[in-house]
Amino acid sequence: MQHIHISAKQRPFDLCLGELWQYRSLVWLFTRRSFKVSYMQTILGPLWLIINPLLTSLAYVVLFGNIAKLGTDGVPQLLFYFSGHAIWSFFSSCVSKNAATFTSNAYLFGRVYFPRLVMPVSYVLSDLIRYGIQMLLVLALLFWYALHGMVTPAWGAWPLLPLVLVQLGVMGMGVGVIVSSLTTKYRDLSILVDFGMTLWLYATPVVYPLSAADVGLRRLLLINPVTALIELYRHILLGVGQLEPAPLIWSWVFTLAVALAGILIFNRIERTFIDTV
Amino acid sequence: MDEQELALRIRGVRKQYRLGVIDRRTLQAELQSRWALWRGREDPNRRIGSAEPVNRSFWALDGIDLDIRRGERVGIIGANGAGKSTLLKLICRITAPTAGEIDIWGRVSSMLEVGTGFHREMTGRENIYMNGSILGMSRDEIDSRLEEIIDFSELRAFIDTPVKRYSSGMFVKLAFSVAAHLSSEIMIMDEVLAVGDMAFQQKCLERMRRAADEEGRTVLYVSHNMSTIRQLCDRCVVLDHGRVIFDGDTERAIASYLDLSLGENEVDMDLREKSHQNTGAETGLRMTRLCLEGRVNAVYASGEPLCMRLSLTLTKPAPPLHFRLTLRTEADVGLATAWSKPFSIEGTGDRTVRLTLPTDTLAKGCFYASIGVYRSDEIGRMFPLDHLSRAFKFEISGAPVWNTDAHGFLRLPELKAE
Repeated sequence: MQHIHISAKQRPFDLCLGELWQYRSLVWLFTRRSFKVSYMQTILGPLWLIINPLLTSLAYVVLFGNIAKLGTDGVPQLLFYFSGHAIWSFFSSCVSKNAATFTSNAYLFGRVYFPRLVMPVSYVLSDLIRYGIQMLLVLALLFWYALHGMVTPAWGAWPLLPLVLVQLGVMGMGVGVIVSSLTTKYRDLSILVDFGMTLWLYATPVVYPLSAADVGLRRLLLINPVTALIELYRHILLGVGQLEPAPLIWSWVFTLAVALAGILIFNRIERTFIDTV
Repeated sequence: MDEQELALRIRGVRKQYRLGVIDRRTLQAELQSRWALWRGREDPNRRIGSAEPVNRSFWALDGIDLDIRRGERVGIIGANGAGKSTLLKLICRITAPTAGEIDIWGRVSSMLEVGTGFHREMTGRENIYMNGSILGMSRDEIDSRLEEIIDFSELRAFIDTPVKRYSSGMFVKLAFSVAAHLSSEIMIMDEVLAVGDMAFQQKCLERMRRAADEEGRTVLYVSHNMSTIRQLCDRCVVLDHGRVIFDGDTERAIASYLDLSLGENEVDMDLREKSHQNTGAETGLRMTRLCLEGRVNAVYASGEPLCMRLSLTLTKPAPPLHFRLTLRTEADVGLATAWSKPFSIEGTGDRTVRLTLPTDTLAKGCFYASIGVYRSDEIGRMFPLDHLSRAFKFEISGAPVWNTDAHGFLRLPELKAE
C-alpha cells in the first residue's frame, strides 16, 4: 500500500521526479485540455495555430522587412520571421504561462493534491506541441527555399535542435516559476510580465539578425541569454547566425542558475502558497 | 499500535497562519515600508494607533496527535475556527504543516468545502478522469467505474457539460460520486452534504457507511450537522482552538462539543449569577436553579419531553404562579411560548417546581429557552415576577429528512385527508 509521509521539514532540492512520473497521465490530460480549451468555441479550430503566427510573420515582413529594412542575413523574409516567431512564442509562452501557475490554478490547488510540478511541465509540453505544429510550416518553407537554393541549412547540426528547445523550455520554465512564486505575494508583478516579455522580444534578435547590430550593441544584446540560443537555432535551421562560444556558455550557466533557483523557490512556495493566495 | 492497522498517524502537528494583510500587499507597499524602516521612520503602511505589528500570527492547529485505524468512520466536530478544515487540508496535502509529522497509508480522495478538485473548464466526464488520474488510477480502471459514478451522481444528462455550468447541487453530487467511487483507501469529506437534497444526503451517508464496513475504507467526516455525524460515525474527535479535547465515543463527543458551545453546565444551571430581567427584589420571588432532569446533555430526541426542575426562593407569600417557557430559534427568532396553569405555593423559603413540556411539535433544531414566573391580574394580563432570557439551549435531533430550511421548526398536527 502506498505510504505518504508529510513532514514540516522541507527538502529544498527534491523535485519528486518519481512522483511526477506516476502522474504522467495527468500531465497528458492537462496538455490535451489546454488545446481543447483554446479552440473549443472557434470556427477554424486548431488552424489558428498556423494562421496566427503566419499573420504575425506577414506583419513583420511588412513592418521590419520592408519599412524598417532591418535585413535578414539573406534569408527569405517569410521564413526568417516565421521560424523566429515560432521559437520566440514557444519561449515567451513558457514564461508567461508558468508565471501564472499559482494564481490561475489556485482553485484547483486549493482543493486537491497532485505534484504541483505537473502544471509547469504540462505547460511546457503543450507549448512544445504548438511549436511542433508550426515547425511543419517552417519545414515546408525551408524545403521549398532550399530546393531553390535560397537558403542553406546546416543539416549536420540538426540533432542539436532538440537541445536548444529543451534549454529554452527549462529557461522559460525557470524564469516563469520564479515570477509565479513572487506573484503569490506581490500581485502587481503579474501585470509586468506581459510588458517584460515584449521588451525581452526586442532585446532578442528575433525580428532582426544579430549581425544587424554594431559591435557595441551586439555585446549588449549578448548579455541576454536567449540571444545566443536564437543565433544557434538560426545557424542550425537557416545556416546563418553568429556563433561564439562565450555567449553560449553564459546562456548555459544562466539556464542552470535559473533552473536551480526555480526549483528552490517552487519547492518552498508550493507547500504553503495556498495560505497566502 | 500496530502500523499494519493504521490508516493515518498524526504526531505533534501544528499549523501557523498569519493574521493581517502582509501577504496580500503590493510590491510597492512592501518597498515603501522597508525603505521607511531602514531610514528609521515610521512605517507608512501601518494602521494609525495600532501598536501591534501587522503580521500577528495564530496557531490554527496546536499540537494534534491522532491515530486512525483502517475502516474507521471518524467524525470531526468543533466550532468554527476550531481547526477542522485546516487538519483536513494538511492530510490532503493542500498545504504543509508548520511542525509535526503525518503518515498516511493509502490513497486519499477528498471533497473539501463545496466541490472537489474540479477543473471548471472541463466536462463532468473529463473531471472524473482527471480525479482518477490524480489518485494514480489508470484509464482502464477509471473506465470500469465510470458508469457507477455517473449513475450515482444522477447527472447522466449533464455529464458532457463543462462543470462551470453546473449548479452548486450538481457540483456536490458529482464531487461526492467521484470521491466515493474512485479507488482510494481514505475518504475525506468536509461539510459535503450541506448542499445536496435530503434524498441524496441519505444516499451519501449510506454509501460512506458501506465504504467503511464492506470495503474497509477509512472515512473522515467533518460536519456541523450532529444528526449526520450520529448516523455515520463510530468514533468522533472534538477539536477546540486547534487541540483535540475529546476522542472516542460519538455520543459523548457530541455531548462534550455541545458543552463547549453552551457553557459548562447546561443541564444544571445556577441562575443566581445570570442577569434577570426583573430583579425580583420587590416581587419577593427569584429563580435560583434550573436542572434538566435526568440528562447528561441537552440533546433530545424528537418527542422526548423536556423535564425541568426549577428552584425558587420566596421571600413573601406568592400569588398563584404562571410559569412561562418561550423558545427562540438559533437565529434568535421568536418561535413559541408555553404557559402553565396557575400554580399555588404555600408559605415562603426555597421551593422546587417540576416543569414538563411535551416536544412532539418541535421537529428539529437548536432552541434557546427563556423561562419566567408570572402573576396574572383580574382580566388575565400577565406581570413578570422573575424572567430570564436565554436561560438555556437545547437541541432536538429530529429525523434527518426534516429540513428546517424548507419545513420549519414545528411539526403541526396531522393533516387530515378524507
